[in-house]
Amino acid sequence: MLNAAIWPALDYSRVPYRLYHDAEIYEAEQERIFRGPVWSCLGLDAEIPNPGDFRATWVGDTPVVVNRDAAGVVRAFVNRCAHRGALVRRELAGNAKQHICLYHQWCYGLDGSLQAIPFRRGIRGKGGLDPGFELQEHGLRRLRVEAVAGVLFGTMAEDAEPLQDYLGAPVVAQLRRLFDRPVEVLGYNRQRVRGNWKLYAENTRDNYHASLLHEFLVTFGLDRSTQTGGVRMDARHRHNITWAEAGSDDEELVRQAYGGAGVRNDYLSLREPALVAFHPEHGDRLNIAITSVFPSSVFVQISNSLAVRQIRPRGVDEFEVFQTMFGYQDDPPEMKLHRLRQANLVGPAGLVSMEDGEAIELAHRASKPDRDRMTVIELGGAGIISDRDYRVTDVPLRGFWSYYAELLGIEPEGAVR
Amino acid sequence: MTLDRAAVQDLLAEYGARLDAEQYDEWLDLFAAECRYQVVPRDNHQRGLPAALIFCDSRAMLEDRIRALREANKFNIHSDRHLISLPRVTPTLSSPAGGGGSGGGIVEAPFAVYQTDQEGETRLFATGLYRDRLEPEGGVLKIRDKLVLLDTFAVPTLLATPL
Repeated sequence: MLNAAIWPALDYSRVPYRLYHDAEIYEAEQERIFRGPVWSCLGLDAEIPNPGDFRATWVGDTPVVVNRDAAGVVRAFVNRCAHRGALVRRELAGNAKQHICLYHQWCYGLDGSLQAIPFRRGIRGKGGLDPGFELQEHGLRRLRVEAVAGVLFGTMAEDAEPLQDYLGAPVVAQLRRLFDRPVEVLGYNRQRVRGNWKLYAENTRDNYHASLLHEFLVTFGLDRSTQTGGVRMDARHRHNITWAEAGSDDEELVRQAYGGAGVRNDYLSLREPALVAFHPEHGDRLNIAITSVFPSSVFVQISNSLAVRQIRPRGVDEFEVFQTMFGYQDDPPEMKLHRLRQANLVGPAGLVSMEDGEAIELAHRASKPDRDRMTVIELGGAGIISDRDYRVTDVPLRGFWSYYAELLGIEPEGAVR
Repeated sequence: MTLDRAAVQDLLAEYGARLDAEQYDEWLDLFAAECRYQVVPRDNHQRGLPAALIFCDSRAMLEDRIRALREANKFNIHSDRHLISLPRVTPTLSSPAGGGGSGGGIVEAPFAVYQTDQEGETRLFATGLYRDRLEPEGGVLKIRDKLVLLDTFAVPTLLATPL
């Protein structure tokens, strides 16, 4: 039942559990979203600085290689041999002059073109390929690649709108802010969660859960819903920036707000306060900026901890979060150490992020048997989808679903956007 | 003087047993007054990338971790079982960072951690290698620096209780 009638409400304040569990819907998402007119983050310029540098990544569940060619141009293609469909590049990262398939050694250039085939003319005039077989018709499937501030994006759709139009002004500004000078990759972490990928896409847009689920934020005074903050979306409401400013609330407001809800408000102090220290570094007071780009890219600033996250679906019941931690090349040694310490906050063992893995598995497990029942998305009110200058809201989730419905071709008539 | 192999094995056995019994204060007692504890994906380590999953470069940070585990963090309800394999002992003749100067050394031990959930289902959670610098403190062998090199780059669900 994949049509507009699936939506119980025209403002996406109700989402049937079916959308997180049906294999048929997962397949449609891969085709119409991930292989459709969206832009997915492929990595950073800084990860492939030299000609021949490559990284293997994923767009949805499609394997992709991104590399820098001999002329210095970044190119990306589907990591699947045109011959037998085998994965061509097996390593996660490296430097190479060409990509050679293990199976029959079909050889591709850094632009993805098929350059050579062993025994193309057979041996002693026998065997091999027909003379009419054209190499140029059998290259690796290319992605379009564009970048903002050294952040590489790719799309499989010929007709996708230009990257900057897709991202919209607020996201472009946020990327330029976060990547305002040359970056240095500090390392990677990976996490497998037994849940549907959209639960994580929603989670990163859900301002409401942050200081409730991630009690560390409040317990140790790092971030509270009482701080000045909110959510900011692009014009189509498909992306979102969750933001907050440091030092913008006071103790009394915090006690009132959290006390009534039965949430603990007796702050504890850390023996090593540097863990939560915030050093402003972008000419503003933002200490939380979580930028979620539809469908599966997230750019994270929590204090001085900086990261890029890719959500990699692995079937309807599992996804991976692949996270790249970074700092800046001009970081003095003490700032680099500070970032390594604050990396404790994020990732699979993150003091303010580990709970997401558990919460998503709980939601996925319990919603599975009853697919016609539905989730409630009404914090910050139902109805219109718009930016909010407060934090107790999950409105951007409805923006996500609105664009999701459009791409899947199941947007109901009269639905909000 | 070289590391006493029996003392090393006792320390590793206590290490796993105290974690599996959720005796985290007693687990902290196995560390020196000045210590470091890191969980680093082996893949990062091999590529020379410093980012860790857990990075405690002081005893204070390690104690904060345990406090957060108790007071703030929420995680999957489970029990751990550490299987720690035979240690490979590399004595160091002089210890540059103090701590007695003799009787210390580097110890490597492979480990596996299984997690069991409330339904009684057990899964392999992680494998890796401990690389420990051990030093005597007050006549007792303590962990001065522990590097947990994690093979299991793709952490299942989340990492809360220490490896």
